[in-house]
Amino acid sequence: MITFTIDGFEVEGEKGQNVLQVALDNGFDIPHLCYHEALKPYGACRLCQVEVTKGGRTRLTTSCNYPVLEGISVQTNTEKTTRARKMVIELLLARCPGVPIIKDLAKEYSVGEPRFKVDNDDCILCGLCERVCREVVGVDAITFLGRGSDRKVGPPLEINPKTCIACGACVYICPTNCIKLEETESERTIVRWERTLPMKKCKACGRSFAPWFQLEYFGKITDGIPADFWDKCVDCR
Amino acid sequence: MGPKAIDRILKKYDYEHSSIIGVLQDLQDEENYLPEKDLEHISERLSMPLARIYRIATFYNTFSLTPRGKQLINVCLGTACHVRGAARVLDRLKMYLGIDVGEMTKDRLFSLQTVNCVGACALGPIVVIGNEYHGQITPGKVESTIKKYRKKPRKSATKSPRHKKLKIEN
Repeated sequence: MITFTIDGFEVEGEKGQNVLQVALDNGFDIPHLCYHEALKPYGACRLCQVEVTKGGRTRLTTSCNYPVLEGISVQTNTEKTTRARKMVIELLLARCPGVPIIKDLAKEYSVGEPRFKVDNDDCILCGLCERVCREVVGVDAITFLGRGSDRKVGPPLEINPKTCIACGACVYICPTNCIKLEETESERTIVRWERTLPMKKCKACGRSFAPWFQLEYFGKITDGIPADFWDKCVDCR
Repeated sequence: MGPKAIDRILKKYDYEHSSIIGVLQDLQDEENYLPEKDLEHISERLSMPLARIYRIATFYNTFSLTPRGKQLINVCLGTACHVRGAARVLDRLKMYLGIDVGEMTKDRLFSLQTVNCVGACALGPIVVIGNEYHGQITPGKVESTIKKYRKKPRKSATKSPRHKKLKIEN
């Protein structure tokens, strides 16, 4: 166990954990957009910045990728962190003025009209979709493309990733909801990646429950499960 | 490029994932760009996700995913070249070749690009064609310089593609 303080309260964390994780577990409110407990921290959104005092020195750092250390003191809400977060929110707002979660953050931190050139994007390049696809799903269908101001997330060749199983993990995890999933009786489409897959019908109840390609992939990565297991939907198994 | 030729490149790098940049450089030396089906083949042979290859291929400016001409013309627009009139050289080149920056001539011989410094400022304005550096170039010299490359097979200049040859025209 590693003991340290957050806003003066003593908290405990385990080796390998990061400050944000422990803070959230203990009920502290630190805004964050690019962090998810199932994925490796990435430090892209810079919203979770806190002040960490270690060995008498205090500095501003992102809490999502800062490891818990014995005896450090973390301040989650100071003048400096507020100023840093306000700046980040202003930049995000200039990039994506129409996204609800960013508008809410701007309201919370009383950020008005951004001083920067206003764009109309809906992706904040947090990398959650790209990471969940690689680390959790394991199909590596989408990635970052380009660099600098031209950087974006997408499949190779920008449309229809051949390895995508249309599982919808990217749709679920996207903080700005810019990846949409559409489903009909016969097809499922991930709109942003322009990926459409035919759906399989459950042998027992006849409801179409998952794309064929996805079930084939599950069959490939799992061992010792009978092949007909994938013929029925979750309710009929 | 045929699958056999690609396998030869991959073998040279021992099928190492970490050598992917070298593989892509070799492929581009042959094809002048990175063809989609070749990247797919590499991804299959290395069992490396295509997305990761594209991430690298789109990150570096040297890699091109669209076809390019046999000779790549790079006009340096760095500060030193700029003050010595690189913009006028570029205009002359555009007019002479009839293409804009980032385009390829219809005969597939030349592609025009700009670069922000090639590190040879003393020779500015400088134009790099293939592996050859043409220093102190003026709008008047553009035509004669390009003409030399019309008949030239691409790799006659030097055997090793990444070996640079310096040429100062007076």
